[in-house]
Order: sequence, then C-alpha cells, then structure tokens
Amino acid sequence: MTIAEAPAPPPEAIDEGPIVEAEAATPEFERAAEKAESRRGFLIALPAYAYLVLFFAIPLVIVAIYSFGTRNRFGDTELSGWNLDAYRKLTEPLLRDIFLRSLWLAILTTLICLVVAYPFAYFLATRTPTIRNVMLVFVMIPFWSNFLVRNFAWRVILGTDGPLSTATSAVGLGDTRILFTPTAVVLGLVYGYLPFMILPLYAAIERIDLGLVEASRDLYASGWQTFRRVLLPLSMPGVIAGSILVFIPSLGAYVTPEILGGAKSTLLGSYIVTQFLTARNWPVGASLSFTLTVIMLFATILYFRKGGRTL
Amino acid sequence: MGTTVTDTAETETPVSDDRSGESAVGIRGITKRFGDVVAVDNISLDIANGEFFALLGPSGCGKTTTLRMIAGLEFPTEGSLTIFGQEVGTLPPNKRPVNTVFQNYALFPHLDINDNVGFGLKMKKVKKQEIASRVDEALAMVRLTHMGKRRPTQLSGGQQQRIALARALVNRPKVLLLDEPLGALDLKLRQEMQSELKSLQRELGITFVFVTHDQEEALTMSDRIAVMDRGQLLQVDPPEAIYERPANRFVADFIGQTNLLEGTVQDATTVCLLNGARIPLDSGLAAGTQVAVILRPERATIEPRDEATTGRSSVEGVIRSITYLGNAIVYRVGLDWMELDVREENRPDSHRLDVGEDVVVSWDDRAVAVVSE
Amino acid sequence: MSESTARPRGKTKWLLSTNAVLVYLFFYAPIILLFVFSFSDNRNVGTWGGFTLGWYRDFADNEPIQDAIWVSLRVAFITTVVSVVLGTMAALALERFKFRGQRVFDALLYLPIIIPDVTMAVMMLLFFSQGLDIVNELFGTQAGKGLTTITLSHIAFCISFVSVVVRARLNGMDERLEEAALDLYATRWKTFRHVTLPLIAPGVAGGALLALTLSLDDVVITQFAAGPGSTTLPVYVFGLIRRGVTPLINAVSVVMLAVSILLVLLSLLLQRRGDKETAPVDPGVKAA
Repeated sequence: MTIAEAPAPPPEAIDEGPIVEAEAATPEFERAAEKAESRRGFLIALPAYAYLVLFFAIPLVIVAIYSFGTRNRFGDTELSGWNLDAYRKLTEPLLRDIFLRSLWLAILTTLICLVVAYPFAYFLATRTPTIRNVMLVFVMIPFWSNFLVRNFAWRVILGTDGPLSTATSAVGLGDTRILFTPTAVVLGLVYGYLPFMILPLYAAIERIDLGLVEASRDLYASGWQTFRRVLLPLSMPGVIAGSILVFIPSLGAYVTPEILGGAKSTLLGSYIVTQFLTARNWPVGASLSFTLTVIMLFATILYFRKGGRTL
Repeated sequence: MGTTVTDTAETETPVSDDRSGESAVGIRGITKRFGDVVAVDNISLDIANGEFFALLGPSGCGKTTTLRMIAGLEFPTEGSLTIFGQEVGTLPPNKRPVNTVFQNYALFPHLDINDNVGFGLKMKKVKKQEIASRVDEALAMVRLTHMGKRRPTQLSGGQQQRIALARALVNRPKVLLLDEPLGALDLKLRQEMQSELKSLQRELGITFVFVTHDQEEALTMSDRIAVMDRGQLLQVDPPEAIYERPANRFVADFIGQTNLLEGTVQDATTVCLLNGARIPLDSGLAAGTQVAVILRPERATIEPRDEATTGRSSVEGVIRSITYLGNAIVYRVGLDWMELDVREENRPDSHRLDVGEDVVVSWDDRAVAVVSE
Repeated sequence: MSESTARPRGKTKWLLSTNAVLVYLFFYAPIILLFVFSFSDNRNVGTWGGFTLGWYRDFADNEPIQDAIWVSLRVAFITTVVSVVLGTMAALALERFKFRGQRVFDALLYLPIIIPDVTMAVMMLLFFSQGLDIVNELFGTQAGKGLTTITLSHIAFCISFVSVVVRARLNGMDERLEEAALDLYATRWKTFRHVTLPLIAPGVAGGALLALTLSLDDVVITQFAAGPGSTTLPVYVFGLIRRGVTPLINAVSVVMLAVSILLVLLSLLLQRRGDKETAPVDPGVKAA
C-alpha cells in the first residue's frame, strides 16, 4: 500500500459559525452530564408520575386508611380510633363463603379457559402465516368489543324464553334454566376472558422451536407424551401468563355476576359494591378491596418471579 | 464540489483557523471508564489531515468506544480530544463537524432516500433548493442518482451502505467516521466497496477514520493503522510497518498469520531459540531478554530433509497436516517443542510433500522480526 | 412446515380443528344472535317476531340514552388525549433514560393494569369523597362528583395501558437511529420530532385506540366516580339491564358493538400500515 505522495488538500470551508469553546474531559464533567441526563428523564416522567401518585397511589392509601375505620350508626365512617374490626369481619363465615365461592369460580373459569385455549393456540401456531393472521384478527374482534354487551348477549340467550331455551324445548329437553346460576356466571366469565388465555398461550407456543416437537416424534414419543414432556414445559410461561390474566379479573368480577348470576349467590365483586352503595359499610368494603388487591399483587409478583415477560 | 459558503446556514460548528498543519483528530490521554470497567485506557494519537486511518483490534478492545468519543456519542472520562486544534471532547455530537457511517447504516426507514441524505442539511436549516442540489451531488458521488424517491427497505445492502455514506458526506464534515462499514457485505461486494471507499477518500481529501476487526481490510485500505487491545493502544504505523515490524506479540499474532518462535537474546547479534538453535539476529535488546522470533508462514521455505539447502537458519520437523487452499498449500510442521505453519504457493514445480515426511523449514534472516513482549 | 411432524395430522388435526371451529362459534354466536334479535318485532328479546327497525328508532329518540352517549364521548375524548400524552412521556422516560426512583415509577405504572376494577372504583369513590370535602371547605365551593371526576378516574387507568403499548414500540426501535440523528446535527427535541415520534406513531395510535375503548367500555369505576345527573352509556345501560331485559337495550347493545368492532378494525388497519412504513431496515437482506 503506497502512502499518499502529496499532502491532501484541507477540507473545504463548511458552513462557518461562531466558535464554541469547549474544555477537556474530566470525570466531573462526565458525572455532571450523566446527572443532567438523569434529570431530563425525571422531568419527562414527572407529569405521569405526579398524576398517578395523586390519583392512584393516594386513593389506594385512603382505601387502606378506611379499612381501619368504623361504621357508625348513621352509616358514615369514623376514622378516629383505628381498629381491625373490618378485617375481622372478613373471617366471618358469610365472607369466608363468599370468598371461597369466588375463588372456586375463578379457578374453574381459569381451568376451562386453559383446556379450551391450549388446543386452539396450538392449532393457531401451526397454521401458515396468512391463515394465522386472519384467525388472530377474528379472535381480536370479539375480544375488543364492548364487555357489557357481550354479557348482555348471554343474558338474552340463556333467558327462559331465549333462543337456547327455545332450541332445547324444540328437541324435547325442556326449558333451560341456566340463567342466574353459577354455571351462567362461569360461562360469562369464560366468554369474556378466553382471549386473555389464547393470546399469551399462542405467543408462547409460537416461540417454541417446533423442530423440538419433530425431534420428539422422531424419538418415538406419542402425541400425548410429546405434549406432556416437550410442549407443556416449554409453553409454561404462556400458561402462567394466561392463567393470571384470567384468574385475576375473574376473582374480582362484578359486571358478569351481576348480569348473569343474579342475587342468589353473591360474589366478592358484588359484595364490595353493596358495602358502598346499599349496606353503607365502607370500612368492610375497603378492607375487602384492599385484601383482594394484595392477593392479586402477590399473584402478579409470583408471575414475574417465575420469569414471566411483560404483559 | 462547490466551494460557496451558505451564509443562511445556522450552525455552531467549531472552526479552527489554521488547518494545514494541525492534525485532523488529536487524542491526548483519553480514558473512558464504564463503572469499574476501563474501556479505553489513556490513549494518545494524532490523525493527520487527509489520512485514511484505521482503528483495528478484536471485539472489546475499545476501538468502537474511541470512535464514538470522536463522534460525540460518548464523553471521555478524562483527556483531550481536538478536531483541527479545537477542543471538542465535551461537545455533544450535533455540535461537532464530524459525521458517522454506522455499522448497520441506521437509515431512517420512514423517510425516502432524498430525505435521508438531506437530513443533516435540513437540521442545519440549509435552504431547500441548496439541499436538493447537494443531495443530488451526493447521490451522484455514490452512483445512485435515480434512487431519490425510494425507501431504504427497497435497496440492497450495498446500496444502503452507499446511501449512508452519501448522507454523511453531503454535510462536508471535516472528519468522516466509519464503524465497521463493510461487515454486513459479502466478500465480492466488500472488495468492491474497499476500492470505492479508497478512491472516494482520495478524491475528496477528507480524513476518514474507520473501525474494523478485519486486519486484511485494514491493511488494504489504510494509510496508517492503530492496533488496540483491551483498551490500550499497541502500535500506530503504516500497514507495512505493522506487518513487517510489529511492536509486540499481540500485534504480530493479530495481523496476518504468524509463527512465534520463543527464545532468548544471547548477545548483540544472536538470539537463541528454545531448541538451542542460534539465529543471527540483531534484536537491539539486552542479553537475557525473553523474545519471540516472528516468522510469517509465507516467508518460510519447506524442503524434504535430505534435499535441504544449507546455510540458512532452519529447524527440523515432521509434517503433521496439509491444507490445500487452491492458490496455496499450508503445511503444519511439528517440531520437538511446537508446531509451525509454512505456506507455499501452489506452483507446478513446488515440492509435493506428504504427511509424516521429515522436512526442514528454513528462512532468510532478513525476513524475520523480533518482539519482546 | 407443511410436511413437519409438528403439524397435526389425522385424528389430532380433526380434533384440533373442530375445537377451533367451536371456539369461533362460541365467540360469534352470541353476537350474531344479538344482532339478529335486534330486528325482531317482539317485546320478548329472545323470540323472533318479524322484522322491524322500531327498536333502533326508539334508540334514536330516547333522550337519556342520547345524553349518556354524549357524556361518554366527551369523557372518552379528553381521557384519550391526556392519557396518550402522559403515557407516551412515561414510556419515553422509562425506555430512554435512567433516573432515581425509576423502578418505583415502573411498578406504579403497572398497578392500574393489575388492580381489579372494583378496587379501583372503591379507590376513586373514597378519594373523591374526601377530596371534594376538603376542596369545598377550602374554597367554599359546592363541587360534587360528575364529568370531571369520571374523566380523572379514566385517565388514571388509561395512562398505564398507553405506556405499555408505546414502550413495546420504543423497545423495538433501533436506538442507533436516534444517534444517527444527533450525529446529523439534530437537537434532542428535533430527534424526537423527526425520528422517534414517526417511528413510534403506530404504537401511540394503538395506545390511543386502547384508551378510547377502555374509557367507552368502563362500568364499575365510572359508576363509583359519577355523581347524580351525569352518567355514561355503559353505566346507564347496566342500570337498565338490571331492571330487566328489553329490546331497546338490545338495539343499544348492537350499536355499541358496531362501534367497538369498527374501532378494532381501524386499529388493526393502522397497525398494519404503520408496521410497513416503519419496519427496521436490515442491511443483511437484499432487496427483492
């Protein structure tokens, strides 16, 4: 490689401007620059941060405070004289029943969703990209449509003079009386939250290298064995994510039980609302809400600890 | 290339008055620390005006960090960085008369080629007409004149690279930085681009500083190479000096293929190898210093032991393996205490040797170098 | 992939596809039935009695419903605008900067997503009761719960959802592009305006549609944050449903359904187009 014979011409004059004075670098300058950057980030976060502290964190604290209050004769809350009465009330049989009932329904809903969604997600993941996209769009549509309306639809269908009843009568099975039973509630919850199970499952299964499934088959595993030993463990993050996404809203559900469950078997959501609207026992309502929140927080932290990805 | 200065352009680019004698880039005692890790350790060098300069080294050696400090994408922890005499180390990148061609080109996907190339000019508030003419000029320079309305995704890798180049050069920077510019291209394209870049630089006379881990590329294109390892500057020299007279083991080993024959300095004229052989070499080092003799595979000759020419420095061994490269044959020869490679051009009259044959490897004493570290 | 043993075949395939079909049927049958019965000329919603548009006419004439729609729209609009701005800023702060208290902020941002809406409703109720008392005492006003409190509550949970969507987009964006902009003399703000914002625009739009949908859909939180005289459509319809199922509700439901489906399709369309325009440029890929 020959070195250049003549010195190269100096670069042409560029858009000249005022000379800027700068200094040599020092660790102090580096630190100051980092601090300035940090401050900029904080300021950009500030509006949302402040808003959430004011309209979310503080309300949450207020709920906690109220949960230690007492209900006086008039239905108002006395905040002086903190006590754990509201929490003690939670251990009473009535509330234990409500809690267990809600827990049971939430678990049932989650399991049903899991059983229905997994095959669906697997099927979806093994389609060609074009079909996959179309199928996903058609899952998204009901998913995004108005929640209230979807519950209402079932209310109509399950009614004693609804289409389901008409259909079963025609076949000679008599009227259907599913409405206002726990079955109806579970049905409504599954209907509402099934997409929450399908999407994370699909995402997790899609990420699995399906070459592993092929390898498993190659090594003489049956379909069931392949599922149990290869697919299931590898898609576990999706299973956990979906389960949490279904379980949490199901536990605290309000709209669905109100519309489809009727007054017969009260669930957590309805009970909390009644404390505030009719029974006027705010401390108990607060303590229940707070406990519910802590449980859900716990479940979510567990999920993240298990290496779950962001929702 | 026009020489008019637009007086409507607003910039605060620092300017030095005397440009002919100053180094384009002056680096003095630059250190960069990330927490406890020292990425760049107190390096100093000067890059001359109009030079095609390479920063070469393995990954993690600090070459990219150094380039980023010149660009302004990192601030040095300590030290002084000047461009034509003007201190810029603590200035943000948008205030430096320097432009960068990024490794993955970083073309803006949401803009067409014209807007991509003209981006810097637009930021400096150059007039629309002037932007248009300068963009056309730049596109012509990289021979992509009719691509203006296309999108980056519609271009091939080689074309994207040239657009990235145009986007940087259109601003007439004082120094152009290139971060592993040819890494993503296939061999043929890479070789084409190497000569294109070289001739472009000659034509424009702008200082080019580029980072690479490919030593062949560095040897081919640069006027001078700075070899770095683990944050330290090991040697700054023209390619020939780097190859023929490496400053230490690392440089010798990193550039090209090499055999390192360990030994000690016996006296002013001799080096004694591990096997006892005495090599006539003026190492210029004190007696007793541990050294390595650098023998490039292509500088060694291999002959069957019974036909060996005498009178040259040599070692004896057995052929362990033979690699056929098409244009050359590489023999791996096992000596008592090490193995070395000999590269012979594949000529019809070359010896045809076999694995297991006893051979003598010899060389001309003027064709080797000695390093101590 | 077509010959892969991972792709279900034979009996398994039959089982899986049947399951898929049933799931889709499950999803769409109620919606379709609702749609059909909204044209049924029968006091009883679930029975067919001849075609009519009467219920839709009732819907258009019903004043409380029209008022509620208007309230919903106003709340949703303001909520969307504010939560998109705040949510995008939050996303930027978390993805592009490091500052003290960042992890707390991150956790705080996730809470509204996790929390059940009953709890959030309770929070808003208690907060506004207390807050309004204090404000009224301090300023001698008579403020009560209403549109403002509803909007404030909606923004509180929408910010988080917007930020999740925008963060995903920011994450997927090549930061080198921002460095390239700075290298080309752009200021930080100009970099944001000319490079970052266009590239995250699909995410921002997605977040906006999400906020819009969430606000239009919400029942419980709104119910607790609302005051006398101001109610949104979902809350009003909820009240109607609890009193009994009528064909009018059916018609309203179908309209609500149509709107939300439209919004979904719109968001999918925008997302598809946005992804095309802003797809990252891969230097290793040769042009077709």
